[in-house]
Amino acid sequence: MPKDTGLVSWKDLAPGMYITEPGNSVKFKTGDWRSHRPQLDKEKCIKCGQCYLLCPEPAYEENEEGYFICNLMYCKGCGICAAICPKGAITMVLEEE
Amino acid sequence: MGKRVAKEVSIAVADAVAQCRVDVISAYPITPQTHIVEHLAELVNNGELDAEYIPVESEHAALSACIGAAATGARTFTSTSAQGLLFMYENIFIASALRLPIVMVIANRSISAPISIWNDHSDVMTIRDSGWIQTFAENGQEAVDLVYHAYKVAEKCLLPVAVNLDGFIVTHVVEPIEMPDQELVDKYLPPLKMKYKLDPKKPITIGAIGVPEIYTEAKKALDEALKASYKVIVQAWREFERLFGRKYQPVETYKMEDAEVGMIIMGSLAETAMNAVNEMRKKGKKVGLIRFRLWRPFPMQDFLKALGKVKALCVVDRAVSHCSTGGPVGIEVRSALYQSNKRPKVLNLIAGLSGRDVTVEDFMEMFEMTYESISKKPKFSYQIYGVKE
Repeated sequence: MPKDTGLVSWKDLAPGMYITEPGNSVKFKTGDWRSHRPQLDKEKCIKCGQCYLLCPEPAYEENEEGYFICNLMYCKGCGICAAICPKGAITMVLEEE
Repeated sequence: MGKRVAKEVSIAVADAVAQCRVDVISAYPITPQTHIVEHLAELVNNGELDAEYIPVESEHAALSACIGAAATGARTFTSTSAQGLLFMYENIFIASALRLPIVMVIANRSISAPISIWNDHSDVMTIRDSGWIQTFAENGQEAVDLVYHAYKVAEKCLLPVAVNLDGFIVTHVVEPIEMPDQELVDKYLPPLKMKYKLDPKKPITIGAIGVPEIYTEAKKALDEALKASYKVIVQAWREFERLFGRKYQPVETYKMEDAEVGMIIMGSLAETAMNAVNEMRKKGKKVGLIRFRLWRPFPMQDFLKALGKVKALCVVDRAVSHCSTGGPVGIEVRSALYQSNKRPKVLNLIAGLSGRDVTVEDFMEMFEMTYESISKKPKFSYQIYGVKE
């Protein structure tokens, strides 16, 4: 296990640890404690975008072809996308696989 | 200069808060704080004070509303006592960690059970580790002056300040009090301008999660901010003296210059103790008194300087810290001494719980007990004085 160390010096924190830069949470990797990841079968996908709409993170982004792709840097592996997919195109697979 | 008028201290404190031009008052009434917030409600209702008065449903909400209002850059006020302070508890730590310049007057009252409305310091001692700046008034004039000072310091340091005054003994007494002119208060206290505040035009996040990678740094930053507030506190008292003519300092002493036995006490009982010092001196015993006006940040150097060359020290606590090594002040003082070369004998007594009278004679007896402790080691690390066996 790597040891936790500080991110920034206490001297560089804004008073009260305020976050003064809006939207900087995108820099924060939240997908590193996932046990399952979603796997998309493009053959079955109808590009309805329900996974994109219902992802609580939100980790899904639309690509040029119109598919919704999960950004694994943010995905926590909750499986809502797989449960909601009307075509069963998303399956949750173990991270080790 | 302002006029010297006879006023109930609670009313005078409320008038001082109004003179500080607060924007938001959020409070829930509780004895013995009631008159303070009642009078402020009157001032707002009568149109004499242009402020938002939020009659909240609890003390938890009272401080929550202050936190929210202060985060938008408003000058805020709340006040409470005993159970009310305990009901605020989780928000107390949030107010300081979020660096919000809230001012709270605590009309000190003992904590239930048994139910008690009377005075001691058991309520405020529960928040001694909270990161709030904490001052203690001895009388009405000082209570009023500490209110102006509290806003000055809070807004310069971006830290909340708790001004403590003894319930009933100070709050409900009618005293001649000099209320300064409004122009003078305005000069001392410019409008609040916060560098960071909640503003839709420039969004920021207040109260974000502190993951293990950053929580330690956040605590260190708060600790350093509180430490750095000491200078501002002293400077604000100096400026106060220049404008208002009354001098304040972190630690007050009375006849300590040549004292061989000293006593430490906080709050209004120090006035009684001063009488005891006079009586003891008439009997040829060189005793003196130390009073902490500033409790957080702990004024270490002022305290060590005030000690002089005493052989023994009597620390009179107004709260119990059950089965620890002393009362809250006693623990602090012993710990401070351990970091210095001074080693007077320390006798730690707990007295005046829940408004029980501590008389001049009591203080004289405590001084005698302290004299005895010089040659005879006390068999206890602390003792509840005057308890009926």
